[in-house]
Amino acid sequence: MKPTFMWKLWLLLCVSVFALGGCAASSAVDQAKNENQNDSSSAGKEGDVVKVGILHSLSGTMAISEVSLRDAELMAIEEINASGGLLGKKIEPIVEDGASDWPTFAEKAKKLLQKDQVAAIFGGWTSASRKAMLPVVEQNNGLLWYPVQYEGMESSPNIFYTGATTNQQIVPAVSWLLKNRGKTFFLLGSDYVFPRTANKIIKAQLKAEGGQVVGEEYTPLGHTDYSTIISKIKQVKPAVVFNTLNGDSNVAFFKQLKDAGITPKDVTVMSVSIAEEEIRGIGPDVLAGHLAVWNYFQTTDTPENKAFVQKYKEKYGQDRVTDDPIEAAYTAVHLWAEAVKKAGSFDVDQVKKAAAGLEYKAPEGTVKIDGETQHLWKTVRIGEIQADGQFKELWNSGQPVKPDPYLKSYPWGKGLSE
Amino acid sequence: MNKRWGYWLFFAALFLAPFYLTEFRLSLLGKFLCFAIVAVGISLIWGHTGILSLGHGVYFGLGAYCMAMYLKLEASRGHLPDFMEWSGVRELPWFWKPFAHPMVAIAAAIALPTLLAALLSYFTFKNRIQGVYFSLLSQAVVVVFVTLFIGKQEWTGGTNGLTNFSTVFGFSLSSPLTQIVLYWLTAAVLALIFVMTRRLTTGRLGKVLIAIRDAENRVRFLGFNPTVYKVFVYSLSAAFAGVAGALFVLQVGLISPEMMGIIPSIEMVLWAAVGGRHSLMGAIMGAIVMNTAKSFLSENYPDLWLLLLGALFVVVVLFVPKGLAGIYESLAAVRIKEKRGHECEARVDVS
Repeated sequence: MKPTFMWKLWLLLCVSVFALGGCAASSAVDQAKNENQNDSSSAGKEGDVVKVGILHSLSGTMAISEVSLRDAELMAIEEINASGGLLGKKIEPIVEDGASDWPTFAEKAKKLLQKDQVAAIFGGWTSASRKAMLPVVEQNNGLLWYPVQYEGMESSPNIFYTGATTNQQIVPAVSWLLKNRGKTFFLLGSDYVFPRTANKIIKAQLKAEGGQVVGEEYTPLGHTDYSTIISKIKQVKPAVVFNTLNGDSNVAFFKQLKDAGITPKDVTVMSVSIAEEEIRGIGPDVLAGHLAVWNYFQTTDTPENKAFVQKYKEKYGQDRVTDDPIEAAYTAVHLWAEAVKKAGSFDVDQVKKAAAGLEYKAPEGTVKIDGETQHLWKTVRIGEIQADGQFKELWNSGQPVKPDPYLKSYPWGKGLSE
Repeated sequence: MNKRWGYWLFFAALFLAPFYLTEFRLSLLGKFLCFAIVAVGISLIWGHTGILSLGHGVYFGLGAYCMAMYLKLEASRGHLPDFMEWSGVRELPWFWKPFAHPMVAIAAAIALPTLLAALLSYFTFKNRIQGVYFSLLSQAVVVVFVTLFIGKQEWTGGTNGLTNFSTVFGFSLSSPLTQIVLYWLTAAVLALIFVMTRRLTTGRLGKVLIAIRDAENRVRFLGFNPTVYKVFVYSLSAAFAGVAGALFVLQVGLISPEMMGIIPSIEMVLWAAVGGRHSLMGAIMGAIVMNTAKSFLSENYPDLWLLLLGALFVVVVLFVPKGLAGIYESLAAVRIKEKRGHECEARVDVS
């Protein structure tokens, strides 16, 4: 026989052994799980553990952002377990990889709810991943905690939104800029749903509050050549560039802006997707002096935050930073735990009922769950990026702002969501 | 073993799957069967005709969007779809209106990809653009369509795509029974497409296709017009992808421009490559095995699965360049050789 054939035979043998082993193992696990499920009928409870799902992109383009959210959620679960667990049960996290791929998010959410019967899922970053999970959690009456600021216009009965909606981030930032920086706005964003929707809102608001849009540009995700756009900015000299670029594009844009000799004194760039984690990637030297708007900075001065930052760094390394989505993910787990305690049950409907009006001292300050929209009351903060990669807070709203995902309380917001 | 018996066994196992798989696993298998339909089309054009298309995501996506438009309109119950409302559209665009009828949507899901493929392939093949140039062109079509679908957010839902459907023909999409019926439909379509394509490739047409793959100019000298054949098979494989897309949306409940992009398009070719592009059954197995491995590995090793999947792919390419079908064939060849060997020995004994 030829040696190549022997190779193939070997390979086939190895592959089949692996496959058989894998199948046997997985079916054994399935069987064990099924048996467990028969023991207890209610969601996620198995003996003395309660399962929760953690569903972020651990691979692909979004992994760089989402891995820290998983870390924060695991830390929160560890804290709760260390203090005795929930209703006498330990929380068991089941981590799944959404792989920056939206159908995978739907698939894994289905798996977590149907196969693992988790009591809650913490996950998602992009709007597309949330939209993919939404029908799954609604059909299976699951519970999803979504921790990132987004474009609003949504309020699912099975999702809790712990990041900001537009009236807690973009709208107050525009008002502040009109008052403190000037009337002319240049809108720059990556080409996807969030920037396009955000800019629609900004345009309606500027029209009502006396501002002016002098330019609006979209670039594909991952775009890196901003020379034409920067020469346009030079030409029209806006007071503000409102930046909704995402990911790598920010590195190119800010570097080229600095190289073109435009300083924060000439044109202020206000960003809504650049937090401490992204500053680390872009480099604080090119960003220093520009602004960002969030609900939390690592420098936010609350006792809860001091403990949170210290714990996070001790656990994951001194070089790690915390930021708004990380804090929102951490808070989400604790809010769920508080709601479970209040309800005295893991049942989704009872947890939802208990969550309405629930207050919690989060690292960003006191937050409250709005029962009607299932968003959080959050304090808005505008910060200036410093040379050390941290924010100096320039302004905050003083108290938590009521979430208004459909912008119903603004006269100019009517046309956006009717 | 008789090959035909193997096929019967395989499809019987597929049709009986609802009886031995859990609801979740069944929905996964249903999704993989959609991919298998695409893989049959890829095997037809690449393995049998030598056309490497890196743009089948577009045909898959078009089929899926046609179906999704109908589902979205049905879910909106006479109102505007939600994403249009907040994108500033006041009235349903004219080209959305016919999709309120499911039959129009299904017809369009097959017709649109076929037409686009026919148009594209007619102009390229007529001008004798071949090989890598065609592959590049098909990639460019992907980029064009993805950019268009993202940019026209008010018509297509942008990067979020179309999602959140409720019913099909009035049946709830979330009910397990509907999902089982849809699964059977997918399995039936796959079986039908497999039988049809097998007939095509084993018949006279199949011989011409292989001749085109191996020496197109000779085929031309023999008096055939390769363009006609190539346009036909390319459009046919696009129609398969369109059907697969429509079935995919019904079962997964989601379509976005991401899924018609360059990476999914290349993945489709990989399924056929791993399974064995020259074999239709190989391509089907490739799609099912690759995706099962992806699900299995990512569930069990969320941190490592990409590496493992990559290793699996490298191993297949290095050691079994003819794919899974190649393993089967070389085993079969050995068996025949051994048989003959025994016969020889037997003869020697007699003499």
